[in-house]
Amino acid sequence: MSKKILAVDDSKTMRDMVSFTLKGAGYDVLEAADGLLALDALVSQSVDLVITDINMPNMDGISLVKALRENPSFSSTPILVLTTESDDSKKNEGRDAGATGWIVKPFEPEKLLKVVQKVCG
Amino acid sequence: MDEYEQFKTTYFAECAELLGDVEVQLSSLSDGSQDPEVLHAIFRAVHSIKAGAGAFKFTQLAAFSHEFEALLDRMRDGRIAVTEQGVNLLFKASDILSAMIEAAESKTQQSEDFGKEILDEISLIVTGKLAPFQTIKNSDDNQDSQVNQESAPDEKLTYQITFAPKAQLFKHANEPLLIIRELKSLGDLTSIPILKNLPSLAKMDGEEAYLAWNFELISNVRLDEVEEVFEFVTEDCDLEIKTVSDNSEPEDEIIEKTSVATQSSDPANQTAKSPVTAAKVTSIRVDLERLDRLVNMVGELVITQSMLSQQTNDLPSEQFPHMVRGLEELALHTRELQESVMSIRMQPVKSVFSRMPRLVRELSAKLNKKVNLTTIGENTEVDKTVIEEISDPITHMIRNSLDHGLEGTEERIELGKPDTGNVTLSAEHRAGRIVITISDDGRGINRQAVMKRARERGLIAETATPSDDEIDNMIFAPGFSTAEKVTDVSGRGVGMDVVRRNIQALGGRVSIQSTPGKGSRFTMTLPLTLAVMDGMIVQAGGDKYVIPIPNIVESLRPAKSSLKRLPTGQSLVHIRGHYVPLCSLHRVFNINGAITDPAEALVVLVESEEFGTTGIVVDELIGQQQVVIKSLESNYKPVPGISAATILGNGKVAPILDIEAIYRISQQELRNSPVPDDSDHSDVSENVQDSLASKEAATLAAQNAEIPTPSIG
Repeated sequence: MSKKILAVDDSKTMRDMVSFTLKGAGYDVLEAADGLLALDALVSQSVDLVITDINMPNMDGISLVKALRENPSFSSTPILVLTTESDDSKKNEGRDAGATGWIVKPFEPEKLLKVVQKVCG
Repeated sequence: MDEYEQFKTTYFAECAELLGDVEVQLSSLSDGSQDPEVLHAIFRAVHSIKAGAGAFKFTQLAAFSHEFEALLDRMRDGRIAVTEQGVNLLFKASDILSAMIEAAESKTQQSEDFGKEILDEISLIVTGKLAPFQTIKNSDDNQDSQVNQESAPDEKLTYQITFAPKAQLFKHANEPLLIIRELKSLGDLTSIPILKNLPSLAKMDGEEAYLAWNFELISNVRLDEVEEVFEFVTEDCDLEIKTVSDNSEPEDEIIEKTSVATQSSDPANQTAKSPVTAAKVTSIRVDLERLDRLVNMVGELVITQSMLSQQTNDLPSEQFPHMVRGLEELALHTRELQESVMSIRMQPVKSVFSRMPRLVRELSAKLNKKVNLTTIGENTEVDKTVIEEISDPITHMIRNSLDHGLEGTEERIELGKPDTGNVTLSAEHRAGRIVITISDDGRGINRQAVMKRARERGLIAETATPSDDEIDNMIFAPGFSTAEKVTDVSGRGVGMDVVRRNIQALGGRVSIQSTPGKGSRFTMTLPLTLAVMDGMIVQAGGDKYVIPIPNIVESLRPAKSSLKRLPTGQSLVHIRGHYVPLCSLHRVFNINGAITDPAEALVVLVESEEFGTTGIVVDELIGQQQVVIKSLESNYKPVPGISAATILGNGKVAPILDIEAIYRISQQELRNSPVPDDSDHSDVSENVQDSLASKEAATLAAQNAEIPTPSIG
């Protein structure tokens, strides 16, 4: 069965692109527009990977990572944070919160796939 | 990146929206807002624009938004103070951003130094080289981008890698196996696991990493590519990478700095000429009929879905995993669909509330009373159909408050009240319903006059002694009007009874609380939507009924010892130190074959503003379900105790209970039935004997209330 990935970003463009790229590679992709919606989506199902933006309204990516790591069901789910070159500190903040890795925006499709494969196979 | 071409439309639509947001936030910033969230919001918007620009290779836009974002970042964390000039610069920058987006969308080529002046100004401020407004702290990180122009070595190298994960590797959900797999994809890999740290099985902790590896990788990739494999785990492991080849010298990096600040020839002109994109409107008008069709279809879909899931309930999930999962998803999606469709129809009550000041102004002039109207909660949202229906009742109740409730100016002065009367109209959400209250600080209800009138009209027995609350609520009785004379304002023969009936037809309730001399308050509660609701399906006898979930507090199977009966015949259940009155569904509806002993049955505790908590005695709970509301009035006729009906998964009709009406019916029944012998007052089950007799009375009483008596006036 194909792996399921949750893409969390408040920008629909970003979600669409992530989703398009990953679906093209055979992944199953769910989308959420912010951290709270992501948590809502994860109430009823589990995923193999979460990719989340950092700057989002309602609940940002860092808080989402923390919330997921506190939940035993998601303590070992890989989480990638989407960062831009300008927030290098966010990378570390993401790590400290428990993120598995990061993807730097803007990204090429191949890079996204490479990183996704790196953490969830 | 042509494969992303198709997303450009979304991107530009989103940009228009984001620019609109930026505009709004900037305005509030220039109005002196200190809210940090304002800068965060602008930052997020610019950040999103930048991300897309980068992906679509709009280099100019990406570069500009990058600097813009850097400025915002420094402003929001306080490294750069937000001054008036600062805000002005943000405005200019957003104009340029908007022009650049427009150019990108229309695929027009902009001159390379478009917006350069602003860009340079921002860059200089960001890098701390220019301080047109005070720089608090120096920027600590350098924004120069590095362009790495290393090329891959031609010959193969041998890398010797020692990789020893630390325990926390797993805490970040990294997986050594995947790392090894990735390493293997780079070339020829030999791996030797180091087992020396591996404890005995009994001492092993599944959360810890014990294994380490020595790798030998023969590959033509560069060192940094090998390092990249361990990108996410560098801090969570001991890592050593050595090259054995002679070519191990690190290559020189060619660093190119982005050029900064070359003055453009005529930048001011450029900015002035650039057209500013107005944010596009992101809402559309839709014919209500189409919306209703959508809502109806979703309603049918909900029924079909619940029918499907009911009929496949017994399907063994291990045998049909896909089917079961599919059905679960269908249920989830149906619900989401239905919620989104319902939210389309939600509108703030403002449209109704905003009409009231005028009504009050006109009426107060006509009545020669000074009135001050306060409205609260205008933005409370409710379904469009509900909005349409609440206008008349609200108008009527406000008229009533002004005409009957508030005293005349002179009278108020005599009473020592401020000469201006106050009427407050408020709306709020409570327990899945909308609650609208209209309160005044007038004279309150004249209970003696109400009693007199009620007796005259034969609405109550001469000997009856109703409570204050009951007297107050008599103003809703059919054909009731206490106005001494018929006025132009109210008392036109359409009394509060019509108001109540209209509200009840919507599945709503209305009541009045009054304190003599202090004022009265109308409370009207309505469902948020008239199309669907969450219901608990219960069974009594062979029939199924629906209790609205928002009313339900809990359900329980009472112990025999917790059941008591009052001399009046009222059964009670003792729960956590409180006595809660019970009403048996089978008695209210005269259901045959239902469980009559509450100790054998289930009690569903329900709550309402009108009577507090009561327990409804039913045989069994069947399950929770979303039900589509079908009006009984328009499809059949009004039935006391039932607010509407729904169609269950099996195609049968189930009544939706109006718990307040049920409570009233059961109270009336108790009042009208003879008080049973004191001797059996603790034996609840024997109480059933007189149920048939009292049933008749209850039915009559209930009907009585529904037969409209000719109205006066």
